[in-house]
Amino acid sequence: MAEITFREALRQTLREALLGDERVVLMGEDIGAYGGSYGVTRGLLEEFGPDRVRDTPISESAVVGAGIGAAMGGLRPVVELMTINFSFLAFDQIINNASKLHYMSGGQISVPLVVRMASGGGSQLSSQHSHSLEGWYAHVPGLKVVVPATPYDARGLLKTALRDENPVIFIEHTALYAMKGEVPEEEYRVPFGQASVHRPGRDVTIVGYSGSVHQSLRAAAMLAEEGLEAEVIDLRTLRPLDIDTVVESVKKTNRAVVVEDDWRTGGFAGEISSLIQERAFDYLDAPVARVCGADVPMPYNKRLETAALPSEEQIVQAVKGMS
Amino acid sequence: MISEVVMPQMGADMQEGTILRWLKREGDPVRRGEIIAEIETDKANVEIEAYESGVLRRILLPEGTTVPVGQVIAVIAAPEDDISRYLPVRQAGEREAAAAAAGVAAHKPAAVPERPAAAAEAPPAEAGRVRASPAARRLAGEMGVNLSRVQGTGPDGRILRRDIEAAKAPVAEAVPPAAVPAEAAAAPAMSRMRQAIARRMTQSKREAPHYYLTMDIDMTEAERLRRQLNEAAEGEVHISVNDVIVKAVARALRRHPIFNSWFVDGQAQQQQALNIGVAVALEEGLIAPAILDCGQKSLADIARAGRDLAERARSGVLKAEEYSGATFTVSNLGMFKVETLIAIIPPPQTAILGVGAVRKVPAVQDGEIVVRERMKVALSADHRVTDGALGARFLAEIRNFLENPISLLV
Amino acid sequence: MTTRARSRAVRKQPDRGQLADLLRRMMLIRRFEEKAAEMYARRKIGGFLHLYIGQEAVAVGAISTLGPSDYIVSHYREHGHALARGLEPGPLMAELFGRATGVSRGRGGSMHLFDVKRGFMGGYAIVGGHMPLAVGLALASSYLKNGRIVLNIFGDGAVNQGEFHESLNLASVWKLPVVFLCENNLYGMGTDVRRVSAEPEIHKRACGYNIPAERVDGMDLLAVREAARRAVEWARGGKGPYFLEAVTYRFRGHSMADPEFYRDKAEVERWKAQDPILRYRRHLEGEGLISEKETRSLEEGVEAAINEAVRFADESPEPPPEALYEYVYKEGK
Repeated sequence: MAEITFREALRQTLREALLGDERVVLMGEDIGAYGGSYGVTRGLLEEFGPDRVRDTPISESAVVGAGIGAAMGGLRPVVELMTINFSFLAFDQIINNASKLHYMSGGQISVPLVVRMASGGGSQLSSQHSHSLEGWYAHVPGLKVVVPATPYDARGLLKTALRDENPVIFIEHTALYAMKGEVPEEEYRVPFGQASVHRPGRDVTIVGYSGSVHQSLRAAAMLAEEGLEAEVIDLRTLRPLDIDTVVESVKKTNRAVVVEDDWRTGGFAGEISSLIQERAFDYLDAPVARVCGADVPMPYNKRLETAALPSEEQIVQAVKGMS
Repeated sequence: MISEVVMPQMGADMQEGTILRWLKREGDPVRRGEIIAEIETDKANVEIEAYESGVLRRILLPEGTTVPVGQVIAVIAAPEDDISRYLPVRQAGEREAAAAAAGVAAHKPAAVPERPAAAAEAPPAEAGRVRASPAARRLAGEMGVNLSRVQGTGPDGRILRRDIEAAKAPVAEAVPPAAVPAEAAAAPAMSRMRQAIARRMTQSKREAPHYYLTMDIDMTEAERLRRQLNEAAEGEVHISVNDVIVKAVARALRRHPIFNSWFVDGQAQQQQALNIGVAVALEEGLIAPAILDCGQKSLADIARAGRDLAERARSGVLKAEEYSGATFTVSNLGMFKVETLIAIIPPPQTAILGVGAVRKVPAVQDGEIVVRERMKVALSADHRVTDGALGARFLAEIRNFLENPISLLV
Repeated sequence: MTTRARSRAVRKQPDRGQLADLLRRMMLIRRFEEKAAEMYARRKIGGFLHLYIGQEAVAVGAISTLGPSDYIVSHYREHGHALARGLEPGPLMAELFGRATGVSRGRGGSMHLFDVKRGFMGGYAIVGGHMPLAVGLALASSYLKNGRIVLNIFGDGAVNQGEFHESLNLASVWKLPVVFLCENNLYGMGTDVRRVSAEPEIHKRACGYNIPAERVDGMDLLAVREAARRAVEWARGGKGPYFLEAVTYRFRGHSMADPEFYRDKAEVERWKAQDPILRYRRHLEGEGLISEKETRSLEEGVEAAINEAVRFADESPEPPPEALYEYVYKEGK
């Protein structure tokens, strides 16, 4: 077992994919000569050449569309969008083309495309560079949405994504790139639709994904000091969503808190809450609580920004409010 | 070959169109692609073309008619084709019939199925956890019902609010009711009166903190006076024990008007009139309609009024204020030999007197054992309005009047 | 012989059969579209219907120069393209009727026709939104070195969309084998292209991306075919994309709901006088390459084929409601 960073786990996985399958092609802004704006693709251009690691113009729509077209034409492209914030420019391609091609062609066309993007706020990058809109993609039938929270999952889920015949939106929280974690040397994969329980507990279920998993774990530590044992669940993929694991947990704890960075109103936490309520109604001792980002454009000022994002304290408060 | 000319669908949201002009007449030859009519839609005027060549054999609807999209408005056919089934149409009703005859296909959207959900969960309730809805739990808490003994009639055996209402057992009993089987819902529904009584009594017990005072009253003098009065009346009027009690209570209420209040909007409002409710047993239940204005009535008046009230109550022809205007109630179950009746205050009243039977009992008087007639009463009163001291004085007043009944003759 | 020399040789000998086939294809498109209009008016077809009547020479002229494994990525006025490519009228009509036997199994409708075996990769409803897909397919071909080029067809309405510019740029900078074919029928729905385009001579825009371009008379089948040949040769030769602007005209409105307030009838009549089918037919008859009898026989054959297509569509079943969720995902390994 090696301890490597989230970033390194992704890089290694991409490299292995390039080595193992001629059809794999990477495309994105500054992924080649620059080494990737988050360093994920460092060294790959040098090793595999410009035909396989392609720097693109700033042209999100055409680049994602070209990725879709290339997938239609037999390649297995991996498009990197520098951040989720720029992906809006490619919304038309992702939603009107990628997610629908298999369906509207009556099954003739498949789009084995992976679109990777960095997501999340908290670095004072202000409102246009701080979105966490995993939920918007998870809303769309025809897409798969993957949100790893650890290096182990980053590698395992990316491997699965690279083999999926459907368009996969693979979202990496910027705060996690430098995070270290144990990653086995042996071959393994993490399937989609399988949440993982990071920490067992019997008093409350805390559900998170991506960055919010770690916040939830820190909140759990704080709760433990007060004798409350929280079970922390990492969803790992939002579509397909493993709600069964969450429900099983809630049956045990009778309380649930959902944590996500995204804006509270209309966020995916609402979907998870609704599912818990539907499936575990008789096991709830309190309404499902949500700890989410504030309904504001992300401010620049540090304190304001912190206030706009979920915190461990808020999670702890939410839990105590239902005990 | 026959080509039906229909009011065309010219845009996804078009519902109907109006025939503006026929550009061809019946009998004219037409070529495929030729414009044969002009129609008006809500967006614009549009030309209709012939889809086949032939003869415009029949025009079914004249200029100016508005028809729904899809309806046949003319027929193009070869001269030898039989088009007898296409009849020209003049009125709306006929139009419909013609449309049906012409076989206009109905447009039916396919039923959209529900996403096949994962098999519905029906996990058994875990040991120690009862499946009950939040509403049921709340009500169970209020009504003191033990959830684990209630049978749920909801999905997967979930206990719902209605199950709690059905399972309500008397509060005093330690023995919980037997589990109410699902069929309990099918048992004869409570009469509306019973339901109303249930609601009111529940509300009273829930909202009014009751306190109770009992007293043993010597009715010997009152009974002697009553018998004398009835003998003297020679059948013109019959005064019952309760009539005497009602009169005594009316006199006492004059001196203690706080007991003649209604509790409304969080406060006690003393009422002017002395409307005393008296219990009348009906088949459907016990009601207590009021003898109105007892303060102005003599003993004989009260007697007559009481009888009349009871009769009308049994026939169901009481006035609204008799039904609901009581300011104080006297509930007498003495005729059933009940010794003590501790009653529930009927809201919005703030007190009620429960009356037991008059019994002959031995008593000591001047050192000797004598037979006296005694009767137990219980005052239930609303502690938001009065307290034991006031209640005791009020009760003492009633006893005074009853033990010195001559005062009741005025 | 090199490919170039062979094609030149072929050009010298007019192949009567082939030329007649071009005429037949145009007639097939015309009759299909007329029939589709009728079926729409009779409510057999729902949603939107965008007819190709008047533009037949562009589809047939351009697509006839492609190889069997080349790709076509088209927009929503695509029935003509599909028929020119050889998709059968029956399954096409069935798709318009929404039946399970339709080319897209009833899931796509008029604007989303697909036939992967014939390289017909859709049918898209977002103006300009399909252009990056064409670039991507060309990227795959170029990368896999399989020689397949891409014909990307779009209208004058697409040339101001961001994705048009992005696609031209990307195809050019990566030297991808895309033939960008703009069918300029002068109106983007109800808007004259000159009112909204800084450069209404559309082919001139290509120079901003270093892409060779030409404009051709879209009502002249043979002119379109010649120009398309040049474009296809260029792309197939690995020289990068080529841009063609075919000026044409749709004789009907933008869609079935269009009352055509924005253009006057005189203009429509002027263009109808240049009907590409009549023009080509007269040319063939004039050159003695086809007889009136043969033409009539072609017409009858087309008529029968279209009637058969309607019958096939009419008798086909609809997709069952239980199949609603089919094809949302491809369940693979």
